[in-house]
Amino acid sequence: MSTTRAVPPSPHRTGPERDASGAGDRSPGWRDRLYRFDLRYLPYLMVAPFFLLFGVFGLFPLLFNGVVALRNYRLDDPTLPYWAGLANFTRLGGDEDFWNALYNTFGIFLLSSVPQLLLALVVASLLNRRLRAQTWWRVGVLLPYVTPIVASTMVFSVFFSRSFGMANWLLAEVGIGGTGDAAIDWRADKPHAWIAIATMVNWKWIGYNALLYLAAMQSIPRDVYEASAIDGAGPWRQLWRITVPMIQPVIVFTVVLSTIGGLQLFTEPMLFDLNAQAATGGPNGEWQTIAQLIYKVGWKDLNLGYAAAMSWALFLIILLVTGLNTLLTNRLSGGRR
Amino acid sequence: MRRPALSGRAPQDTPAGLGTYLLLSLTFLFAAFPLYWMFVIATSDDEALAKLPPAVVPGDQFLVNVREVFSLQDVYFAASLVNSVIVSTVVTASVLFFCSLAGFAFAKLRFRGSNALMLLVVLTLTVPNQLGIVALYIVMGRLGWNGTLLAVIAPGLVTAFGVFYMRQFIVNSVPDELVESARVDGATTMRIYRSIVLPAIRPALAVLGLLTFVATWNDFQWPLITLSGTDYPTSMVAVSDLASGNYVIYRRVLAGAFIATVPLLVMLFVGGRQIVRGIMEGAVKS
Repeated sequence: MSTTRAVPPSPHRTGPERDASGAGDRSPGWRDRLYRFDLRYLPYLMVAPFFLLFGVFGLFPLLFNGVVALRNYRLDDPTLPYWAGLANFTRLGGDEDFWNALYNTFGIFLLSSVPQLLLALVVASLLNRRLRAQTWWRVGVLLPYVTPIVASTMVFSVFFSRSFGMANWLLAEVGIGGTGDAAIDWRADKPHAWIAIATMVNWKWIGYNALLYLAAMQSIPRDVYEASAIDGAGPWRQLWRITVPMIQPVIVFTVVLSTIGGLQLFTEPMLFDLNAQAATGGPNGEWQTIAQLIYKVGWKDLNLGYAAAMSWALFLIILLVTGLNTLLTNRLSGGRR
Repeated sequence: MRRPALSGRAPQDTPAGLGTYLLLSLTFLFAAFPLYWMFVIATSDDEALAKLPPAVVPGDQFLVNVREVFSLQDVYFAASLVNSVIVSTVVTASVLFFCSLAGFAFAKLRFRGSNALMLLVVLTLTVPNQLGIVALYIVMGRLGWNGTLLAVIAPGLVTAFGVFYMRQFIVNSVPDELVESARVDGATTMRIYRSIVLPAIRPALAVLGLLTFVATWNDFQWPLITLSGTDYPTSMVAVSDLASGNYVIYRRVLAGAFIATVPLLVMLFVGGRQIVRGIMEGAVKS
């Protein structure tokens, strides 16, 4: 928190004295009262909109979710008993869809987050040179960041289509898969679907993470590199031995961000499906993620109570995995904490 | 083995070599290709899309495809663009106003509990709101807002990130002495906000505004839940509607997707410097 703050002068102390000294043809104190209000209460009014709006539309739903999870909340059947107890939670244990979605979510998460962050590191170190048109290279890597996921997913959907997709054509050119019957069906099994979806996620976030790393790289003190050059470290070694440990806090930050985002993956798996409205993530749930399953349970099966319980489960999973990943990253990137 | 090329200069002081430019060009191609190909498909006819090798140059059917997109009865594409503009503009304006106001209070004003309240803001930064989506739907149902733009606008009106970012910026860019002397001259808090703070934080407003607009425009999950099936979709919901049904016509879908992407590409082109700066500043401060 900041230590230097403007200390408001206190004319409301001298004010009354002046009033008392006689010149009382104006109403005695309204100015003073206004001043006191301005100093003492206005700050609360200024921060109030944030807390009010965040409270009503952010925090309250999150807590209320816990209540909904304990209820029978079916949009199509209001006659059920009000409370469900822990039924929604115990149901999770035996729900194959849930475990399947959890498996998919983690599979896609691993395939997307690891390459994403490693490639971002490489791109960042490319950008961390004295470049001509430096701003434009940085803007260029942000193209995916501003592109709506809805739009890019539709492009990738065509890219990975079986008969006339560019992915199959390119792969056939280098001898993988083929055309016609030999063509790869990217929507037929988990590994292929996961790779396709992970490709979309990687494409979207590499540039953004690269800029985060770049910012951290540029704040590394220059003399660190001087010392390393004397030791004879090459650029590659320099990256792994000096740069990565020095930007470790930002690496942890990106791991946290990509964990939180990756475990809530929704749009890509939704729209990769040829029959997107069903929200099944493939004919047999090959790539249905938890966020997608929550949507299906809540708004296709109309069981909001169960969807709420699932959201809470996801919340706990995210907390757990984020904590674990933070520890792991701390170790791997050579931090001493 | 000693490399003579390394003089001990920091990487950012080392001029990029040919290899770096080549690799960066590849990166750029990788980033830009899906966008280019979106345009190719949006300008093609069905025949061009059903052949191998796939089409890689734009066709001449863009206007035909666009006209089809706009004339589809139950997609409301034109309305969806207007809706997206309304939602994104209102949300952005509101975030800028409320977050700069709160950021100013936290940065420069003294009031009891301000540290505790700021800590609360920082804590809420990490809360994934998406997980409360079921309850949010119920809340909006009670308010009678589901299916209206209000349901999409209300949850975006303030962000913890906005308050945090504004506070950081104001702490560093508005000198305490300036605020003090304005006070001595009898300026009210709101007067100081208007004449001193706002002009000083213009760059930060640009950054936060661009990031907020992009994020709001691209939002999909919540708008889909509350708006799908109504006559008031946002453009993202409308594009996903183009892709629903038994037989998806991709040249149409991508013509729609392209139109909904262009505003953001223009923003990146015009405000790219600010967006880059916003992301990089966010990284160092976190």
